[in-house]
This record gives sequence, C-alpha cells and structure tokens, in this order.
Amino acid sequence: MGATLKDATAIAGIGQTPFARQLPESEKTLACRAIVAALDDAGIAPSEVDAFASYTMEETDEVEIAKAIGAGDLTHFSKVGFGGGGSCATVAHLAAAIATGQASVGVAWRSRKRGSGPRPWKNTQVQLPTPGQWTRPFGLLRPADEIGMLARRYMHEYGATRDHLFNVALACRNRANQNPAAMMYERPLTREMYMTARWISEPLCLFDNCLETDGALACVVVSAERARDCRQRPVYVHSAAQGLPAQHHGMVNYWTDDPLTGPAWTAARHLWKGADLGPQDVDVAQIYDAFTPLIPLSLEGYGFCGRGEGAAFTEGGALEIGGRLPLNTGGGGLSEAYVHGFNLINEGVKQLRGTSTAQVPDAATCLVTAGEGVPTSALLLRS
Amino acid sequence: MTPSVAPATDNRSDSAAGLLLPVPDDDGAPFWEYAARGELRIQACADCDALRFPPRPCCPHCRSFSARWQRMSGRGRIWSYVLPHPPLLPAYAEQPGYNAIIVELAEAPGIRLVGNLVTAADAPLNSVDPARLRIGAPVKAVFHTMPGGVTVPRWLLERP
Repeated sequence: MGATLKDATAIAGIGQTPFARQLPESEKTLACRAIVAALDDAGIAPSEVDAFASYTMEETDEVEIAKAIGAGDLTHFSKVGFGGGGSCATVAHLAAAIATGQASVGVAWRSRKRGSGPRPWKNTQVQLPTPGQWTRPFGLLRPADEIGMLARRYMHEYGATRDHLFNVALACRNRANQNPAAMMYERPLTREMYMTARWISEPLCLFDNCLETDGALACVVVSAERARDCRQRPVYVHSAAQGLPAQHHGMVNYWTDDPLTGPAWTAARHLWKGADLGPQDVDVAQIYDAFTPLIPLSLEGYGFCGRGEGAAFTEGGALEIGGRLPLNTGGGGLSEAYVHGFNLINEGVKQLRGTSTAQVPDAATCLVTAGEGVPTSALLLRS
Repeated sequence: MTPSVAPATDNRSDSAAGLLLPVPDDDGAPFWEYAARGELRIQACADCDALRFPPRPCCPHCRSFSARWQRMSGRGRIWSYVLPHPPLLPAYAEQPGYNAIIVELAEAPGIRLVGNLVTAADAPLNSVDPARLRIGAPVKAVFHTMPGGVTVPRWLLERP
C-alpha cells in the first residue's frame, strides 16, 4: 500500500467575491480577486503558489491567472471535465499532487459570469454530436429538462412528491436568509410561493432550479504540516473521490440499466473506502444542488439512506439546522450563489472553522459533493 | 453494414422551423440513415448480439468491433417525460405545452430513446394534450421528416 491522501493535506485559505446577478468586472478579474483573497486568508504569498486546478467551463486558464497574481513557477496544473461535476475534484487533484510531492501550494478556483453571460444551452453551435444528437432535436434542451426526466421517473418509482423537493429548496433558502453574502438573503420562501411558481420543466418549477450568478471563489491547499503554521485553523482533506460509473453517459444518463443510480454511488464507494468515517459520522453536508432532485438522489448515493428513501429523508426538518443532516448551510446553489458548486467547498471550510453564518454546533466533519448526474467528485473534510 | 449518411448541412438550426437537427457522428450516422427509410434500427454486436445505445465503435460486453443494425418493432413504453417551459430556444417556445419523452423499447427495455409524443407523424410537438402523458403508456414509432431534410422518429400513443 502506497501513500494515502487521508488527512495529508488541508485547505488553509478561502476567498470569494460578492455574488450578484451582474458584476461589472471580467471573469478573469473576479478569479484573481478570489484567489488573492484566499491566499491572504491563508497568509501565503502568491509567489509561493506552484499548483493550480480548475474545471471545465472556466474561461480563464492558469497561464493568465498565474501571470496576474504573480504566482511562482508552476509544477502541477490540472483541469477536470464535466462542469459542476469537477468542483471537488480540483481539491482532490491538488491534494494528490501535494501529498506526492509534485507541488506545495495549490490553488483551486471557479469564476463565472453565468448571471450576466449567456446560458450555455443556448449555444446551438457548440454541441457534441454525442449525446446531443439523441436529445436536443426533441426539445430536451437544458440541464433542467435532462434532470427533470430523472426527477419524474424518481417520483413515479418511489412516491416522491413536490413537497419533498420543496423541503430541499426551503432548507437552502432558510440558510441563505442567515447569510448576508447570499443572493437570496432577506428573500424568504414559502410553500405557497413554491407551489404556485412558474414551471421551468415540469415537474420542476422555478424554485427547483439554481440561481444565475456572477462571482468567483477560490481555496488554497497545502500539506497538513504546513497548514498548522498558517493563519487559519486547518480543514483537513480526509478523503476524496471522483466518480464516472461504468456505462455512464453524461447528464443524459438514460441508457444504463439503472439511471437513478448515478455517479454519486461510484464516488461514494471510493470516498468511504478511503475514510475512517461513514455517513453516520457526517455533521453537516454541502450537496450539489443545481436542481432540487439532486439532493434525494445524492442522499441515497452517499449512503445517508437506502435506495428510494432520499425524498422521505427530507421530511420533518431533517435538512434544517438541528435536523438529521443540516444541508447547504450557506444557501447552496439554490439560494446563495450558483458558481458551479465551489461555494459549497468554501462553506464546508467555514463550518469546520466554526465561522458559518448558520453554524452547526461543534461541526467536525463535512461532506461536500459536486454535480450529480454528470461525472462527479466529492470531499470529506474534517477539522 | 454502414450506410452512408448525408449529415445535416446546418447544425445550428433548421432555417424553416428553427428546430435543432441531429448532428450525427460516425457511430450514430446509420441510425439516421435508417430513420430516413422509415426504419428504427439499433446497433447490435455482430458477434455476441448485445444491443447497445448510443452507438459506439466496440461492444462493451465482448469487445468485438463488428456491428450490425437490428430492426426494432418500434413499440415501447414511456419511461419518463418533461414539459419544458420558457426560457427556451424560439422554435420550441413557439410550441408551448410540448413534451419530451423517453421511450423504452419493447424488445429491449434498457434501450431508451428520447423523442416527442405527437398525434400524427407530422403534427406539432404540442399536439398531444399534456394530460394524456403517463409513465408506462404504450407507444409506437412513426417517422417525421424535418424541414431540413433529416428524418427523426416520433411517437404515437398505442391507445390514443
């Protein structure tokens, strides 16, 4: 048995810009602001950065970022595919590089102008023939439509209802209402609002969909030893995993034997295998929420409940502070900001530092996940 | 057997209807060529006979690179469906209440095709009352030639 990632590295710094529907600065500028803030948070000079990790749909590459912030010589740089499925993998790649001596100070980031910029699905020219040729001509155009298909089937098979999806939307909104940085701060959600909202892709309504946000976030990964000398309390990367299941087909995962068993299941098996902990030990979870149905699917995949039980799991305030599994405590993609899930990573760090605006008392372990449905990734963080 | 296919000349949209045309890749091209002949065919391994979709160069079960295209009955059941609402591309927004469905094929339930449920092969995408959509409803394939010249399978209720 060779090296292990377990607690070998830690997130030592986090940074973010404001979140808004429209920010005037460029994606590159926002990225630099978030990265400089994260390095300052850690107390590490930009010239010490020797590794970068990002994920696709990031338009600013590491060459531009490194030049702008005055990074040192880079010896590791990686870019993970599949949009929001790559968020946690950025930290995983940096952790692997640092644990094996390829680099010493790694920065992961995500900057997006999804609020003021174009909607990706509207670009009809940049569409891969596979799988687009099998879906888009029929008007299955957007991620909301693609996930709506899985949601409808899930509701049919397991008796999940819109009230279950509302439980997810409400928990995220309630946490955003505690978070002054969230786009939906001071914007409460009621069941009446949810049930009468306009449809986006039936069975999904407006509040089942994430926000459209301009903003950027970053974090700094160093060795556990180095992290103990940094400015902030270290948050250790206890376990990390990516997941691309056998015969998986991307977000339109309709062609496996069991489309409701998505990449989360694969990532989870590896995540728990590399951990001293199990789902029962998780104090707080940041689960990728581009769409509300991803939460019950992920709860099942990561082992918080059995197959088909994810919807019922959300009942009785389980996802609220004080519940069985407090969820997306900054507000998540549904109500804080949709920056392809990077805000979930930073919120996980805040929980384990004890500085969240919706702090779970004595939180010591946090699960963070990336987009479910697409090839995904996950982190188990501990204080 | 791999019939030649005339790829869509404009992969952005059909100029008349504004609907997106399929952009075939090398593996998928035969599907559309057969569709143009009014045949629903699915790629199968020529050695172990396993059906596979979407099409690909190699059989994931036996690794044979030899394939054939098996004609299907065109019968299936609705596995799931959505009713997309705006914001949408204009040509789709102009057909409010349209559906997108997934059909699992009767002979091979693991093979699922995305499509539209319509009242007739050439009827609008929103020709079926959304209240008629049901998971499990039996459907049968018909073929519609889009204004751009590409033929796509569509689906009718077996019991309209």
